Amino acid sequence: MKEKISINVNGQVQIVEADHTTPLLYVLRNQLELNGPKYGCGLEQCGACLVLLDGQASPSCRIPVSSVADKEIITLKGLIQEDGSLHPVQRAFEQEQTPQCGYCLNGMIIAAVALLEENAQPDDDIVRERMQPVLCRCGTHARVVRAVRTAAQTMNP
Amino acid sequence: MKPAYTRRKFLKDSGGLTVAFTLFGGCGLSAEQLESRPSELPRSLARNPNVNAWLQVLADGQIHIFTGKIELGQGISTAVAQVAAEELNTDPNMITVHIAETGVTPNEGYTAGSGSIINSAMSVRYAAAHARFLLLDRVAKKLKVEASSLAMKAGTVITPDRKQLTFKEILNGDQLTDEVPASVKLKPKEDYQWVGKPVTRPDISRMVRGESYFIQDLRFPGMLHARVIRPPAYRATLQGFNEEALRAKVAGIVKVVRNGSFLGVITENEYQAEQAQRVLRGNVKWSVTKDLPEDQPLAEYLKTLPANSQQVQEANFRANGNTVKAQYFKPYIMHGSIGPSCAIAHYREGELQIWSHSQGVYPLREALPNVVGLPIDKIHIKGVPGSGCYGHNGADDAATDAALLALAYPGVHIRVQWSREEEHGWEPLGSAMAIDVQANLDASGKIAEWYTELWSDSHSTRPGGDPGNLMPAHYVENPHPRTSYGYSGGGYRNADPYYTIPQLKIDAHFFEGPLRVSSLRSLGAYANIFAIESFMDELAEQAGTQPLAFRLNHSDDPRAVAVMKKLDDITKNVSLVDQEGIGYSFSRYKNSAAYCAVAAQVSVDVSSGEISLLHLWGVIDAGEVINPDGLKNQTEGGMIQSASWTLTEEVLFNAQHIISLNWDSYPILRFRDVPQVDVVVLDHPNEPALGGGEAAQAPTSAAIANAVFRASGKRIRELPITAEKIRG
Repeated sequence: MKEKISINVNGQVQIVEADHTTPLLYVLRNQLELNGPKYGCGLEQCGACLVLLDGQASPSCRIPVSSVADKEIITLKGLIQEDGSLHPVQRAFEQEQTPQCGYCLNGMIIAAVALLEENAQPDDDIVRERMQPVLCRCGTHARVVRAVRTAAQTMNP
Repeated sequence: MKPAYTRRKFLKDSGGLTVAFTLFGGCGLSAEQLESRPSELPRSLARNPNVNAWLQVLADGQIHIFTGKIELGQGISTAVAQVAAEELNTDPNMITVHIAETGVTPNEGYTAGSGSIINSAMSVRYAAAHARFLLLDRVAKKLKVEASSLAMKAGTVITPDRKQLTFKEILNGDQLTDEVPASVKLKPKEDYQWVGKPVTRPDISRMVRGESYFIQDLRFPGMLHARVIRPPAYRATLQGFNEEALRAKVAGIVKVVRNGSFLGVITENEYQAEQAQRVLRGNVKWSVTKDLPEDQPLAEYLKTLPANSQQVQEANFRANGNTVKAQYFKPYIMHGSIGPSCAIAHYREGELQIWSHSQGVYPLREALPNVVGLPIDKIHIKGVPGSGCYGHNGADDAATDAALLALAYPGVHIRVQWSREEEHGWEPLGSAMAIDVQANLDASGKIAEWYTELWSDSHSTRPGGDPGNLMPAHYVENPHPRTSYGYSGGGYRNADPYYTIPQLKIDAHFFEGPLRVSSLRSLGAYANIFAIESFMDELAEQAGTQPLAFRLNHSDDPRAVAVMKKLDDITKNVSLVDQEGIGYSFSRYKNSAAYCAVAAQVSVDVSSGEISLLHLWGVIDAGEVINPDGLKNQTEGGMIQSASWTLTEEVLFNAQHIISLNWDSYPILRFRDVPQVDVVVLDHPNEPALGGGEAAQAPTSAAIANAVFRASGKRIRELPITAEKIRG
């Protein structure tokens, strides 16, 4: 049954009408028209749907929208500053021409942002460890690691 | 000595697609299958010779380039913008690229076979060069000056008195409809500003911002969501389902659509569609045929199937006591796109519009009329990028789903999204292959005689005008059964070793296997090169020669020698510790396209069998390179994808159906297991572009197998190379 649910997305409070069990992903994509988080598996296995929940990189494909009412939700779009400038992680992925098809890019960037908030200068092993939940089929992994290192350097020179 | 061009040779060269259409003539040839008229022009241009098929100046002055290829993440839209920019002396940012769409872009068949640079980018190059000539010629005639006194820059023609005329002003509403002659004068390569440079991809800038880009991101007013309820097996018939129970449990049901054994549900929102799919799966009744060969050694089973056998190379081969023999095997593997297939369709008043990430919008359109009951000119398909996979995945099937549902509920956009389980369980797989090889060495340790026997299913069941290739069409009320293709050239791809071998004999057996198959990046080359390049190491061992030296001893193509020597250069100082090994491999894709040599460094824990892939090096020569960073990205990615196939991937099934239905039961390589990757590009700006998208897949497999052997003494001939096999 549909009900009104209030959620905080990219710094704005949004009232959405949805069945309370609706996965957050569908609300973000279909009601708020945010293209960052992607449907990949619906099983929390691939990382395509990652968003930041209170700063933690979290899958959005299964978590019910009603359970995130008290959390701060940030999507790929929400990483862009008000003046339109990109987050250093987004900029690094753009500069390094990291993706091929780009479907996994959302998960990669969100996971990297969460990592660099916690650890300003992670080594390659830590980067790999933290990117482990995100799958890529085009094989851009080596470039992803490089982009995360580049972002770390610009954020914490 | 070259043999006469025989039908057999034609079959070998042309690959599965052409052969399929040779065998099934009269079912609507798509452009990829048509012989181009003899010409020096790129193939796609010869079929679409007018400038305005490729280049138009829009009312807003924007230069628009049309390509019949779709963006898969290979960067084709950037590459075509680069070549057009170069010929027009205009920044690539001023150029917009329109990808595959029926009735709008040229019909270039499929985006496949590493052919997009060779066909599409080269066609755009010629068309843009001729556009430059025509634009300058118009201005010269109008101003009565010599064309040589004019210059072209930044979307304008500059006159002798330094006036700048925009293309739009020059054309004054016209388009350039002239045919591009083979004599068209191209810009001298030494003057290039953008081609051969790592121009950045504008689509990446959209992606990092989370802008609408993928087919999954398309939204239309009033759009409804749909899911299809797949059968539990390939061979199954729908007996019934409980719609009342569905409506009692799930809100927002707009329509349940049954067409024979095809069952779909249309709902108001996506979550309802997902729930409806789940509920219907629980209450639907099927009669099922459980006839898949469960629990049988697959390699042996496939060899027992009835086969269409061909002697593709005939020579004397006599086994003797010293003959080296080995048997190799590659299981079924998946495309495994990260985003499951998706499509949107809209039907109204006899017109059907489809949005699809199909790799061939025209051949898909040719396959649809008999499924949807509409003439071909009433079907319009727009290509929109999807999640990458480099092959024929569920895209065309999802488009068919959407079309069938839109026909049943006209006037509204219907969006079909496959689930993860559907994509894993229903996509056409890369065929399993078995390859037996034997060879005799001569007294000097060189190969004297070689005999390969290979077994493969088809490597192309792309739509190509045949409704039987659209999976949902197998289940509709008047079904179009899956077609058997018999001989398929894709399985033979790279079966001929690219080495000097005095006596070469090859027999190929084409079976119809138990699982649905089609084109997967590099087709048969991956398994054939795994076998050949593993076997080259086994022969080198027998001859007492270093593996790379052994290959060089059998190579007379200087470009093949160059990539191998470069690989040797960049890896010769690698120091190995205990239980580590380095392995080498080489192939020239299709024996006529890009050259690629790969080295792998692995560490193997012999007691646990655990394999760590530490480092991959690739050296590639793809002829003229349009975008070196794009080629590098393709090669790095190809090596990593191939490492995933080689070390982890195998589709499993029981008597009923595929049981590898998600990323736990069908794991692919994740970050922790991805090696360090280095790629060197050998650029040959004055040689023809060879295409590079698939060159790395094949050699990477054997490089890893050879490294594992060096590290552990274990020669693994059945893919994937797992810890269990090392222990066993």
